[in-house]
Amino acid sequence: MLETLMLSRIQFAANISFHILFPTITIALSWFLFFFKLRFVQTGEPVWMRAYRFWVKIFAITFAIGVVTGITMSFQFGTNWPKFMETVGNIAGPLLGYEVLTAFFLEAGFLGIMLFGMNRVSARVHTLATLIVAIGTTLSAFWILALNSWMQTPQGHEMRDGVAFPVDWLAIIFNPSFPYRLSHMVVASGLTAAFLVAGISAYRLLKGDDKQAPKLTLKIALTVAMFLTPLQIFIGDMHGLNTLEHQPQKIAAMEGVWHTEKGAPLLLFAIPDEQEKTNHFELAIPNMASFILTHDLQGEIKGLNEFEGNHPPVAPLFYAFRVMVGVGMLMLIISWAGRIQLWRNKPLPRWLLKVLVAMSFSGWLATLAGWYVTEIGRQPWLVTGILTVKDAATDIAPGNVALSLSLYLILYVVLMTAYLHTLFTMANRAVEIEEITDDEKVKPVIISMTAKENNYV
Amino acid sequence: MFEANSLAVIFVSLMGFSILLYAILDGYDLGVGILLPLTQKDDSDTMIASIGPFWDANETWLVLAIGLLLIAFPAAHSHIFKELYLPTAVLLISLVLRGVAFDFRAKAAFSHKPTWNKVFKVGSLLAAMSQGYMLGMYVMGFEDTLAAYVFSLLSAFGVAAAYAYIGACWLIMKTEGALQVQAVNWAKRTGILCFIGVVAVSAVNPLINPDVYAKWFAWPTTLYILPLPILCFALFVYSQQQLKLLPAQNDKGCWRPFVAAVIIFALCFFGLAFSFFPYIVPGKLTIWQSAAAPESLSFILWGAIIVVPVIISYTVFSYRVFWGKVQELRYH
Ligand code: HDD
Ligand code: HEM
Ligand code: HEM
Repeated sequence: MLETLMLSRIQFAANISFHILFPTITIALSWFLFFFKLRFVQTGEPVWMRAYRFWVKIFAITFAIGVVTGITMSFQFGTNWPKFMETVGNIAGPLLGYEVLTAFFLEAGFLGIMLFGMNRVSARVHTLATLIVAIGTTLSAFWILALNSWMQTPQGHEMRDGVAFPVDWLAIIFNPSFPYRLSHMVVASGLTAAFLVAGISAYRLLKGDDKQAPKLTLKIALTVAMFLTPLQIFIGDMHGLNTLEHQPQKIAAMEGVWHTEKGAPLLLFAIPDEQEKTNHFELAIPNMASFILTHDLQGEIKGLNEFEGNHPPVAPLFYAFRVMVGVGMLMLIISWAGRIQLWRNKPLPRWLLKVLVAMSFSGWLATLAGWYVTEIGRQPWLVTGILTVKDAATDIAPGNVALSLSLYLILYVVLMTAYLHTLFTMANRAVEIEEITDDEKVKPVIISMTAKENNYV
Repeated sequence: MFEANSLAVIFVSLMGFSILLYAILDGYDLGVGILLPLTQKDDSDTMIASIGPFWDANETWLVLAIGLLLIAFPAAHSHIFKELYLPTAVLLISLVLRGVAFDFRAKAAFSHKPTWNKVFKVGSLLAAMSQGYMLGMYVMGFEDTLAAYVFSLLSAFGVAAAYAYIGACWLIMKTEGALQVQAVNWAKRTGILCFIGVVAVSAVNPLINPDVYAKWFAWPTTLYILPLPILCFALFVYSQQQLKLLPAQNDKGCWRPFVAAVIIFALCFFGLAFSFFPYIVPGKLTIWQSAAAPESLSFILWGAIIVVPVIISYTVFSYRVFWGKVQELRYH
């Protein structure tokens, strides 16, 4: 029988992993929707409205799952990690509070108008509501990542009798790893949404859909992906350098460096062995790790030996990091290949469309892998240098946690099946039906973005 | 700027405000879910359309209430949710199921729609009942006795009835025709159940909690507090009378039962709050013992002072946009 600590960790990891899948899509998809709506208002082309209509439905179910699984998260801290709030609640509390006040209400308040209000408010107010929802989802990411980053690299507080008290809120929010984590996550969201849009559009084309909308959305998604992938790789690199400075043991585990060495090789593949403190079956590029991390072929990288008994488990970090980077490279190749083809005015070959369908959820894979690197890499700490995971755990009977965990897991399997099933049902339906409806025929007002007379409302 | 003791009072009031708003707002939409008829297809579409634009924002008040408990009274948060671990899990799972059913029923293959309707109904019912159960356990001070469990179970049914009642009143206001007549009937019956529930909780609470008894029956406090139950009783009577007149010509007064229900909810809430203040965990922890650091509370209070009025104003805006009888609900 597993003990409460282990069960709580599994439950927390399961819940947050499931939750993050949906915000990752909605944070960026809301901006895609805003863009579609704006283009429609500007050009009056019905195809933009059709793109909006199709994707807003997918947004709605994704958002709904994000919200309800998020509610679960806000109970988790108290139920499973009571010591967490008692020790760092003075910091974590206000950050979570600002998330609720500034982000959740904003998105929830305008979501109704965005989804159901198109006939009830003017076109401008509706576009504005779409924009506000997009801002809301992005603000959610801002606050929660401020908290998560503070847990990784805490600063701006002081400890009194074992409890953290805030001293400088700006230092707390803009802690050293926050800018990198926020930008990396927002771009990850952009890529996840872009590949989802591309994948589902490609699926519709493969099914023989000859309408304009899926072709247009495919093109936009590939354009976005083409620009975001290199950006993501660049930010990821900076993120890694920052981690090297603040959490060197995490980098050592990611790179599989057991002993401090100069001119460390970049391991493309290996099987780390925690017992023997070495790697098997290494496939390496000499000196490359040192070069990436220190910008010097002979640079020194601290090994795990310097953090004896105080470093995270190596294998999960090592593998997860390679999954993330691998997916990133694949995204780079595919988005450029596809976009260049379109740029040459050629339709995408079927094999490429199939690859895009297969990559519909590649963003999820990379995002989860990235988070596993981040979170497991923080072990044994929950809040670096302040609180260990072990000390934060609850003392509820393991039976109860086992029961709740099993219920959640069953629920997630059902939800995921229903979600994917519905997504493809919607895509199939869109292939079959002609989507033009009455209100599309009404030519919309064309607004100029600068004109003074455009008062909203 | 703010002093520690008053901060605790301010935050417990803010939390009470959001719990009350949550009970009213999510109360009516859970109630509509509980009442959902599984056979009349068109009615169920209309009923769900009446809550479509609101349910998400309504649930956000729960997030705020729990958030405030977590932020301002962390020790109470862990105490309460440790005691209520399993009912909390049931509540969360029901809210998840119901939230997704709302969307899936409209978008999944048509053949699955009846299943999602069932999930929506059962999820709403279970969510209401687990909240009632949690309320019951809270009132009973988390005792591990048979009496406590029986009482909590009763309270579970009471809260479900109360939500169904306010949900029916909401439907009277938002619908017309046969469905409205149906809603009036629901409101009559659930109103009586709700009344019995309120009386039961009000009777048991002082009987088992000597502190509560002392509070309610201390001269002259009794005199000040007496209008509360009297007004509550009068409102139940008024509401039943109004229901007899509905539906009326030109839909006159269709909003009255809903307003009465809202006031009843508020009065009951004040009654409970009066019983327990200043305890946040009955008999164990007061708000002052469990409050977080003043520097953290001030930081978030400034935000709340600026943001809460904004939230309320755009909530009002959204209700105005969707004012009047329900129309067909379509995604655009
Ligand atoms: C579409 C998603 C995606 C893609 C393609 C990448 N990442 Fe990433 N990565 C994430 C999504 C992500 C993430 C889920 O967003 C993480 C977890 C926490 C965070 O801030 O970002 C993350 C974390 C993360 C970390 C951990 C930092 C820490 O916890 O201290 C590093 C070093 C990198 N990334 C580096 C990279 C590099 C060099 C990439 C080059 C291809 C890359 N990432 C692609
Ligand atoms: C941004 C907000 C987040 C916060 C505040 C947060 C906080 C926490 C906490 C409190 C734990 C439990 C203690 C522990 O076991 O380490 C944890 C663990 C974990 N989290 Fe996060 N987390 C966040 C985001 C995520 C995301 C998005 C994912 C995954 C997709 C994730 C994956 C994990 C995993 C896998 C663990 C278990 C690590 C282990 O026990 O070895 N986290 N996190
Ligand atoms: C421990 C960590 C977390 C907690 C406690 C949490 C809590 C919540 C809650 C309560 C909601 C529902 C809000 C509502 O009622 O509208 C929610 C939704 C949301 N969360 Fe989280 N969350 C966590 C992690 C994250 C992370 C890591 C991200 C992104 C980086 C994120 C982004 C969002 C977004 C964008 C939404 C809006 C719904 C959606 O887009 O699907 N959350 N979260």
